[in-house]
Amino acid sequence: MSQYTNYIGKPTNRVDGPAKVTGAAKYAAEFNVPNLAYGVVVSSPIAKGRIVKVYSKPVLKIAGVLAVFSHENVPNLAWFDRNYKDDVAPGGSPFRPLHEDKIMFNQQPIALVVAETFEVARYAASILEIEYEEEDHETDIELKRAEGFMPGRGKSGWMPPPPPRGKPDKEWKKAAHRIEHEYIHGTQHHNPMELFATTTEYHPDGTITAYDKTQGVYNCQQYISKIFGLSKSEARVVTQYMGGGFGSGLRPQYSLFMSVMAALELKRSVRVSLTRQQMFSFGHRPYTLQYMKLGTNPDGTLAALQHHALHETSRFEEYTENVVNWSGMLYQCDNVKLGYQLAEIDVFTPQDMRAPGAATGSIALEIAMDEMAFEAGLDPVDFRIRNYAETDQNMSKPFSSKRLRDCYHQGASKFGWDRRNPRPRSMREGNMLVGWGMAGGVWDASQKKAAAKASLSGDGKLLVTSATGDIGTGTYTIMTQIAAEYLGLPIEAVTFKLGDTDMPEAPVEGGSWTAASVGTAVKNVCEELGKKLLKQAQKMKGSPLKKATFDEVEFVNGQIRLRLDPNQAVVIRDVLQASGKDKLEAETSATPNLLKQSTHSMHSHNAVFVEVKVDEDLGTIHVTRVVNAVAAGRILNTKTARSQVLGSVVWGISMALMEETVMDHKFGRYMNHNLSEYHIPVNADIHDIQVVFVEEEDEIVNPLGVKGIGEVGLLGVAAAVSNAVFHATGKRVRSLPIYLDKLL
Amino acid sequence: MNPFTYSHATAVDDAVRDKASHHDAAYIGGGTNLLDLMKENVERPTHLVGLNRLPLATIKNNPEGGLRLGALATNADTAWHPEVEKRYPLLSQAILAGASPQLRNMATNGGNLMQRTRCYYFYDTTTPCNKREPGSGCSAIGGYNRIHAILGTSQSCIATHPSDMCIALAALEAVVRVSGPNGDRTIDFTDFHRLPGNAPHIDNTLRPGELITGLDLPAKGFEKNYSYLKLRDRTSYAFALVSVAAALDLEGNTIKEARLALGGVAHKPWRDTDVEDALKGQPATADTFRKAATQMLQGARGFGSNDFKVELAKRAIVRALKQATEMKQGPSDVFLNSNP
Repeated sequence: MSQYTNYIGKPTNRVDGPAKVTGAAKYAAEFNVPNLAYGVVVSSPIAKGRIVKVYSKPVLKIAGVLAVFSHENVPNLAWFDRNYKDDVAPGGSPFRPLHEDKIMFNQQPIALVVAETFEVARYAASILEIEYEEEDHETDIELKRAEGFMPGRGKSGWMPPPPPRGKPDKEWKKAAHRIEHEYIHGTQHHNPMELFATTTEYHPDGTITAYDKTQGVYNCQQYISKIFGLSKSEARVVTQYMGGGFGSGLRPQYSLFMSVMAALELKRSVRVSLTRQQMFSFGHRPYTLQYMKLGTNPDGTLAALQHHALHETSRFEEYTENVVNWSGMLYQCDNVKLGYQLAEIDVFTPQDMRAPGAATGSIALEIAMDEMAFEAGLDPVDFRIRNYAETDQNMSKPFSSKRLRDCYHQGASKFGWDRRNPRPRSMREGNMLVGWGMAGGVWDASQKKAAAKASLSGDGKLLVTSATGDIGTGTYTIMTQIAAEYLGLPIEAVTFKLGDTDMPEAPVEGGSWTAASVGTAVKNVCEELGKKLLKQAQKMKGSPLKKATFDEVEFVNGQIRLRLDPNQAVVIRDVLQASGKDKLEAETSATPNLLKQSTHSMHSHNAVFVEVKVDEDLGTIHVTRVVNAVAAGRILNTKTARSQVLGSVVWGISMALMEETVMDHKFGRYMNHNLSEYHIPVNADIHDIQVVFVEEEDEIVNPLGVKGIGEVGLLGVAAAVSNAVFHATGKRVRSLPIYLDKLL
Repeated sequence: MNPFTYSHATAVDDAVRDKASHHDAAYIGGGTNLLDLMKENVERPTHLVGLNRLPLATIKNNPEGGLRLGALATNADTAWHPEVEKRYPLLSQAILAGASPQLRNMATNGGNLMQRTRCYYFYDTTTPCNKREPGSGCSAIGGYNRIHAILGTSQSCIATHPSDMCIALAALEAVVRVSGPNGDRTIDFTDFHRLPGNAPHIDNTLRPGELITGLDLPAKGFEKNYSYLKLRDRTSYAFALVSVAAALDLEGNTIKEARLALGGVAHKPWRDTDVEDALKGQPATADTFRKAATQMLQGARGFGSNDFKVELAKRAIVRALKQATEMKQGPSDVFLNSNP
C-alpha cells in the first residue's frame, strides 16, 4: 500500500445513505413483483407436544385463500439432515419447518396460510383451528445446572476451551485475595428494526428469485437449493439492503423456506413477512449462567482464574459460542481452568448475536476483575495493566498486534479517570450517587475466503461486485473507498454492489470479518484490473510506462504513473479508449495467508469507561458518560467505524440496564414478545459517548491491516456499567439487567 | 384481524345510534390502542364508528371557572394548550410522561381513558386471561407480573390501568361527560374506572353505547405546587412501574389541601381520600410525606415479580410530595421529569 491515501481511513459519508433516506433502497418485503400472493405464518401456542389435526377446510372456503400448508400436506422435500444444514449451522439436526407433527418449541411455525391479499391471509391464519396434544416441557435453564454437558459438535468457529494450565485449584486456595461468584444474564432477541421477510418471485421458466433478509445470500441459496432440489442457476437470492441483522440473519430464517415452498407449489410469487411477535420465535442470545473464581498474589498479579459457563440449547441442535476462552487470554495468568457446558431445554436453538460468547463472557470476567481489584485494594485500570497479557497463553503465540495498553491509557485520560475516588459511594451530585467503572474485552480478527469482480467501462466508471452484505454497518462505503483507493479513481466514479448470488461468492456477513475478507478481495481484484490496465497502457503509442513493472507504477487521480517520476503518466480513461474495448474486467478471490497468520494470535481489544448517576432513593440509573477506546487494526472509515462503536455502546447499556426476554415457564413462552415490553434504550437513555481509535499497524492479519469493528465495541460495556453502579452505590449486581428494584 | 366495516359520524347522536345499530361495534378516535388490539386479535369488532369528524376537539373555559377538554382533542394539543400549561401543569406533565410524541399526536383525550391494560397475558391470546376471556383464569397470578398491580387486586385479575394522563385527572377531580342511548350524564373521575373484582373484563362504568364527549376540570388546578413523577424501565416510551400525581395547596409550609394519585399500581388510578385528609394541616416535611406514603400503601401486596413496587411506591410518593413542595428540580429530577 502506498503511503498516501486518498480514501482509506477518511470519514466518507455512507454511499448508500441517499438511497436509504429517500426510500429508494428496497428491503425484502418491498419488492412488489407482479401477481404476488401473501403468506402468513401460524405459530404454535404450546411449547411441546404434537399436532393432532389441522382443520384447513373452513379456512380454504374463505374468498381469496389459496392454500393452507402444514406438515399434513407439505410437498415431499429433501430427506437428509445435511440438506437442511446451512453454512453456520451448529451441530445436530436442523429444524425443518412443517416437516412433522412434533412441536419442539413455543411459537414454532406450524402452518402457512396463503391468500390473494395480506389482509385475507392474516384473517384466515387467525381463525385456523389446530388441535394439539400437549406434553410437559422444560424451559428453565436454572433447573438444569446439574444436566450440563460438553458439546460434542460445535459450529464452525467454535473452539472448545483450552485444557487447564498450572494448578488453578491449589493456587486459588493459596491466593492472598479471592473472589467466587455467579453471574447471570437472561435471554436476548436480536430484534433488528426490519422484520424477517422473503418475497419469492416465481419466473415463467420455473426458476425463482428470492428477495430475502439475510446476512448471507450464498448460504440461503445453498439451503433452498438442497431442500427444494434446485440448481444454483434456478435459485437466485438477493439482499441489497438490510434493516439490521446483529446475527439474526446469519442462518436462513423460516420466512425463506415458507415463501420458496409456497411459490414452487403454487407456481406463483409469494411473500412471507414475520410479525414482531414472531421475531421472538427463533435464534437468540442464550440465557447464561457463569461462575468465576479469581485469586491474586500480594503484588496484585493474578494467582488463579477459573471461569465456567452453562447456557441453553435446543433439543435438536448444539448451539455453541466461545464464552470462556477469552478469560484465558485477556490477562496473564499461569493457573487457569475454563469450563463450558450446554443444557437442553424446549426452546429454539440460540443463535449468534453481536459478539456471541465474548459479550457474555466479558460480563462475568470483567465484573469479577473489578471485584478482585476492589478486594486487593487496586485501581481497576492499574490491576489490568499489572496483569497485561503480552502473549496469548491459550495458544502460546504472540499477538499479531495488540495496543490494549494504549486503550487503557488513552481511554482513562479522555475520561478523566485519575480524578476517581476509589471508595464506593464517595462521589455524589445532590441526591444522585455518581459511579465510575471500567472494563474491556477481546475479539477475533479473522479473515475468510471471499471473491470480487471489477469492471471498468469506457466512461471511466468502475463497478465492483461481491455477494457480501451490508447490515447497516458500512460495507458499501468501505468497499467503495478501497476500490477508489487502489485504482486511483475519484470515489464518485466507483460503484460497489453486493447481496446477490449472481455476484462472486462471499462469506456470511458476520464475525467482524467482512472488512478483512471482502476488503482484501476488492483490493486484489482492483490490483488485477490495474495489471490489465498497465498492460493496455504499455501498448499505447509513446507510452511512458512501457518498461514499468506493476510495482513501479501507482494509480492516483485517474492516472497510472511512475512512482519515482509521477510526471510520467497516462490517463486511465485514455487507456481504455486506446484499447478499443468498451470495458476491462477482472475477477479474483482473496484467501487468508494461513502460513503467515498461523504463527500469531490475531485479536482486537477495547477498554470502556462509564459514568453512571443513580438516584439514591429510587434506584434509577442513567449512563451519563462513556468513553470506548478500541484497538482494531487499521480503521478504514472513521465515521462508519465510530457509528458501529456508538451502536455497540448503546447495546451494552441496553444489556446492562433493560434488555431481557422473559419466559413464563408455565407456558414455556416468552411473554414480552414486542418492542413495547422488550426494552431497548430510547434516545433519552443515551448521553455522551466518546469513541477513541487506537490504530494498530498489522501486516499479519491481512494485507489491509484491518481487524473488523462490528463486535469489539460491545465488549465490557455491560460489565463497566455494573462496575460503575457498584462504585456509585456499593451494591454489586451480578444478574443483568440491573433493573431499578435491584438497587432498592 | 377480523374483517370489519367502518363509518364516520358527524354528530354525537349519529355516532351513538350507529354504534347501537351494530353488533360488536366500537368507537375509534386516534386508534393508538384499538388498532394494536385488533391486530393481536384481542379485540374483534365487526364495525368501527369513526369519531374524528365530531366537533369535540376544542379546549375552552367552562362557566364554572374550570376548563373543558374536548374528548377528541389530542393528548399533545391538550398538554401544550396554554390554559392547561398555565392552570393545570400537573396534567401537562402527566400527559407528556406518557407514550411518545408520535402517539400523543394521534391519541385523543377520550381514548386515553379507554385504553386497556398492557398486561402481557391480556395481549397474548394463547394464554388464559379473565379480562380478555372471562372465566379462563389469570395467568399473571403466579406468572411474570413485573408490571402488575399491588393495590385493589382480586383473585381474577391483577392488571393495571396504564394511563399517565388519568392519574393526573384523578388527582385533579375531573368529571367525565358522556352521551349515550339514554341521554347525557357526568361521571366523577374516581368512579369512571373500576377495580377488577370478579368482572375484570369491565374496565369502567360506562353503560353500553355511551360515548365520552369531554372532560371538565374544576377551577382549582394546583398550579403552584404539583408533581407528576413516573418511574419506569427506560426514560421514555415505557409504562409506569409506579407513578405519582401529587398536588398541594400550601400556606407557608403547612398543607391546606393535598391530592395524591398513584399509577401503575392498580386497575384504576389509585386515590385514598383518607390519606389526603390526614395530610391537611400537616407541615410539608419528609416525615409527613413518609407517613402519608405508608398509609397510602396499607394493604398493598406483591405477586412475586412486582413485590418491589410496594417500597418503590412509598419512596416515589415521598419524592413527588417533596418535588411538589419545593418546585425546583434537583440533579436527579432533571432525568426523572425530563418527559422526552
